[in-house]
Amino acid sequence: MADQPTATERFLQGILPENPVYRQLLGLCPTLAVTNGMQPAITMACSVAFVLICANVVISLLRNLLKPHLRIVIFTLTIATFVTIADRVLAAYLYQMSKTLGPYIPLIIVNCLIICRCEVCASKQSPFIAASDALGQSLGFGLALVSIAAVRELLGTGGLFGYQLLPAAWPDWVIMVLPPGAFITLGLLLGLVNWYSARKSGGSI
Amino acid sequence: MSKISEIEGAGHEGPTLNVAPSPHVSDITFTTKRMMTDVLIALVPLVAMSVFVFRGYAVKQLVVCVVACLASEALFVSMRGRKITLTDCSAAVTGIILALSLPGTAPWYVGALASFVAMGIGKIIFGGLGMNIFNPAMVGRAFVMIAFASLMGAGAYENPAGVVDAISQATPLNAFKGSGVATSVFDLFFGFTNGSIGETSALAALIGGIFLCVRRTASWEIPVGVLSCVAVLAGLADLSAGAGGYVLLHHLFGGALLFGAFFIATDPVTSPLTPRGKFIFGAGVGALVMIIRLFSGYPEGVMFAILLMNAVTPLINRWTIPHPMGDA
Repeated sequence: MADQPTATERFLQGILPENPVYRQLLGLCPTLAVTNGMQPAITMACSVAFVLICANVVISLLRNLLKPHLRIVIFTLTIATFVTIADRVLAAYLYQMSKTLGPYIPLIIVNCLIICRCEVCASKQSPFIAASDALGQSLGFGLALVSIAAVRELLGTGGLFGYQLLPAAWPDWVIMVLPPGAFITLGLLLGLVNWYSARKSGGSI
Repeated sequence: MSKISEIEGAGHEGPTLNVAPSPHVSDITFTTKRMMTDVLIALVPLVAMSVFVFRGYAVKQLVVCVVACLASEALFVSMRGRKITLTDCSAAVTGIILALSLPGTAPWYVGALASFVAMGIGKIIFGGLGMNIFNPAMVGRAFVMIAFASLMGAGAYENPAGVVDAISQATPLNAFKGSGVATSVFDLFFGFTNGSIGETSALAALIGGIFLCVRRTASWEIPVGVLSCVAVLAGLADLSAGAGGYVLLHHLFGGALLFGAFFIATDPVTSPLTPRGKFIFGAGVGALVMIIRLFSGYPEGVMFAILLMNAVTPLINRWTIPHPMGDA
């Protein structure tokens, strides 16, 4: 276990080198579905962060009790518990946002990003390392969502968070807040991140 | 060893025979540039008609789209680190076809953005000319169609304050679909109607299209497939409406059907390879056009029909692989 990454390394890796969306291509369903505005994107990122951190810590505490053939069931049950909490809290305190996000909050249960982190990290590491891994991954996920939502909301409505930023003459590119805009933006940003990483590592694409 | 070097040796005299696997180039003058020049020549009647009917509106769209397409091509190709190939005229062809498919009333940024998307997302991202899955001009048009629905929808074609007569009327397909108003077949055939600037004249599209087919730049199977399928389906609609042939002619000459069938669907990159496949492709376009025209909220469906058939082109290619002679 000597060559395992430390807690800090795991935290930093989640942000860009192993960004869940841009590098691992995990959790793309919410990435595509809720990034038509900054507010739903940030709410989604916070919900995922809450579920991921809590699930990772709990799984890490349970890791010595896990049976290999039952581990996925335990992961899913743990995740479902926290998703239900997040879903109910949103419905109670942010009712409109909960309506906007619709089924995508309950769908966090099957977000492969969280199961992946439980499997790869939490089921093998101590709670502290699992928590820092979850924190880095959720920060990376949040950054990805916010970057996509910023492009889409800015081009699609001419503003961010509902405030007009571009000149009033800006013709709204309605397609950007519709589903095709999600695929186009994700693809282009993915290309940009690949280009940046390739350039940083000195290789060519 | 010495024997081989004797045969291949430098002292070998006489003619050499180059052996290479197929496909072989049978005609070295049949280049991309020649094809694109043919298309440009074939587009002359349509461009002339659009400028005649829409005057300044047409000139504006043509200039904006061609300039934007050339600039985007140069930009994206240089971003890929390739040699800039504006001289093969393919970007100019995309620009003109795109401009001809836009409404005269659309503001400048519609054409500019459509060109940018056509070149960037429609063509260069897939690897440039010859690699794209979808017709670039139609990708650009579809993008702005959805992005600026209010500027590109059927109602936006009308501008009562327009300085050109045609612009102040409803488009024939929209008038027919919306209020059952019929445009005379004479106007539809010669093109004195409102519509996307290049699509109004059936005559101009036929002249240019037949030139392309005769020159073999466009495969005749595709327009024949489109037109025969539309003729059958529109004929059925005609019979059920008891319109005595009017509905049939209206569907054949109205909208972008002839322009799309001859100039857009025949893009050799995004259409099937075999003659049989081309006919199937054309028939599919025709069927989708009629389904969209008759049963959807849109008055016209050439763009979506071509994009949808582009998507299934690889399947048609696989379906119509020719059997070598002697093969069971």
